[in-house]
Amino acid sequence: MATSRAAASSAIFVHRDTPTNNAAVPFAFDAENMKRAEAIIAKYPAQYKRAATIPLLDLGQRQNGYCSLAVMNYVAQLLEVPAMRVYEVATFYTMFNRNPVGTFFLQLCTTTPCELCGSTEIRETIEKHLGIRVGETTPDKRFTLVEVECAGACVNAPVLAVNDDYYEDLTPESTIRILDSLKQGQRPKAGPQSGRRAAEPLDGFTTLESKPYGPGEFVRADL
Amino acid sequence: MLSCRSAAAPRGVAAARAAAAAAGAAPSRRTLATANPQANLAADPAARPARHYGDLKDQDRIFTNLYGKHDFRLAGAKARGDWYKTKEILLKGDKWIIDEMKTSGLRGRGGAGFPSGLKWSFMNKPGGPKPGQPRYLVVNADEGEPGTCKDREILRHDPHKLVEGCLVAGRAMNATAAYIYVRGEFYNETASLQTAINEAYAAGLIGKNACGSGYDFDIYVHRGAGAYICGEETALIESIEGKQGKPRLKPPFPADIGLFGCPTTVANVETVAVAPTILRRGGSWFAGLGRERNTGTKLFCISGHVNRPCTVEEEMSIPLRDLIEKHCGGIRGGWDNLQGIIPGGSSVPVLPKSLCEEVLMDFDSLRDAQSGLGTAAVIVMDKSTDMVRAISRLSAFYRHESCGQCTPCREGSAWLANMMTRAEAGAFRSTDEIDMMQEISKQIEGHTICALGDAAAWPVQGLIRHFRPELEARIREYAAQGHQMPTIKDYGEALP
Repeated sequence: MATSRAAASSAIFVHRDTPTNNAAVPFAFDAENMKRAEAIIAKYPAQYKRAATIPLLDLGQRQNGYCSLAVMNYVAQLLEVPAMRVYEVATFYTMFNRNPVGTFFLQLCTTTPCELCGSTEIRETIEKHLGIRVGETTPDKRFTLVEVECAGACVNAPVLAVNDDYYEDLTPESTIRILDSLKQGQRPKAGPQSGRRAAEPLDGFTTLESKPYGPGEFVRADL
Repeated sequence: MLSCRSAAAPRGVAAARAAAAAAGAAPSRRTLATANPQANLAADPAARPARHYGDLKDQDRIFTNLYGKHDFRLAGAKARGDWYKTKEILLKGDKWIIDEMKTSGLRGRGGAGFPSGLKWSFMNKPGGPKPGQPRYLVVNADEGEPGTCKDREILRHDPHKLVEGCLVAGRAMNATAAYIYVRGEFYNETASLQTAINEAYAAGLIGKNACGSGYDFDIYVHRGAGAYICGEETALIESIEGKQGKPRLKPPFPADIGLFGCPTTVANVETVAVAPTILRRGGSWFAGLGRERNTGTKLFCISGHVNRPCTVEEEMSIPLRDLIEKHCGGIRGGWDNLQGIIPGGSSVPVLPKSLCEEVLMDFDSLRDAQSGLGTAAVIVMDKSTDMVRAISRLSAFYRHESCGQCTPCREGSAWLANMMTRAEAGAFRSTDEIDMMQEISKQIEGHTICALGDAAAWPVQGLIRHFRPELEARIREYAAQGHQMPTIKDYGEALP
């Protein structure tokens, strides 16, 4: 009969000590990030400091490159919560990389709308061009490729997120162009690669061609 | 967005009924033709003169910078009419705002379609929170429903509509602050939104004595970190509190005990962002668009096999076919090349071509077609699509995104995904297994805390309802190829 495989998740949940990722490795926010952290904590009621867990883990991940055990422990200490409360959060959310990733973290959306528009072909292109498979990092530690669930830009499918930037309307050719310019240290222009600006129809607007109405126009009389 | 899933879930049925009743009870709805506005047309939708929907003019569009042609900053937003007479709106008071929202007939744009005016009024019910106790408005910008990408356009191109919307919606529910929960992947979109908030603070539009109205209101942005389940309202609240995004049992409802233990209302970005324009132009203007009980304008995201995928603001109740032909240049290869359409984001059942020809894009018409409007994310699939694979991929999505709290969803979504993976090849022992799959989906649906379980079940149910012959043909073909009855080993290796 059908059985579920034991490891049904895309990432392991346990931590394994490595020479660079263990509890003894020191970590602390630098001065600039400390200021940011204080601003983040100030957003929440004083007795609910814990609410800052996710933003602070994100900040730590940005400073450290990945969300190491030291980052989690440091955040727990800063927010005065047991470390386990932070581990729970860090394992639940998929954007926390608990193991090192490459400089360019390629997140390819492969959910149905992207798949309909050819994300499988894009994945094969990336795998072939970089010589890695999904979940792997190139030997020079520059590129890591992962598959993600819906990136929320379905009208511009297929979508590849490189770190924080979305590259949309991809074709195999434009994907290779983006990867090559990343390799050369350039930052290719993010957004749709097909020539459109955002989510409008590709060849010509069907709406919003006229000048937008201004303040006071069509406003009710009794306001 | 996940909040949508309370839509037609079993307990959502009651909500939908309440919605219908509330919409029907809305006072003085404007009628379109010459009929006497006092006549009780609400009771009989047929009495409302039939007309063609979907010829929205630019002057009736709310998101005039949807495509980012203009400046999203404060100066640009003001030039497009945002922040005009906001102070006067605030000074009209909470009751006026809520009544106006009720008149407009606006139903939540996150998918559930609950009447917004009614929802906002729960925050002011007698015996509710004491004065001085914090109350929160939480805006759900955790857009992750496959097919949906409307909130992203608002966040990056029209953020001031959302900021102003937070202020007026906050005023209506006497909230002290708003938290906007944006999905973590939308980093650049969050930056635009934060820019807009900073500008609004600097201009005195929000913060202490917002717009000079004497009302204090703060807006904070909270970024998520990649979990679809956080689009469910109570999971979202848990996530803001710094915990795993696992939905809470209701009751207590967030309007009683929500964020940080305080009364809270969670609303979708689009719902909040359209509010200022509705209040400025009048609820009756909004109510005059779309069919009875399905009023207003809506952002539609059309993706998949159309010639020109796009996000567009159109009138509610536009026929699905018109929407695609008018704005997307039709189906790739012509209308006859259509196989099926998912009309409202991944969690609603797929519609076959025959139904696509007639349905109107609104809550009631799609519900009657045994599907749903959801977030109005239209996923179009032409004849080249492997329909079983398309739905199987959605099952894999729900397996990945189940939070693991309720057993029927945690285990059931994995079982469904396993079976769907086999169904792609037709590797079923017999067609009876299709019924077994249907039964599993029924065992998940309605047996979980939140509606993610329902959302996992519905796409599979829709597939079985409309594409059973395709499933059966694959099973026959698989058997005809001389395959032995699959064993545990085959199943175990079927997963990626």
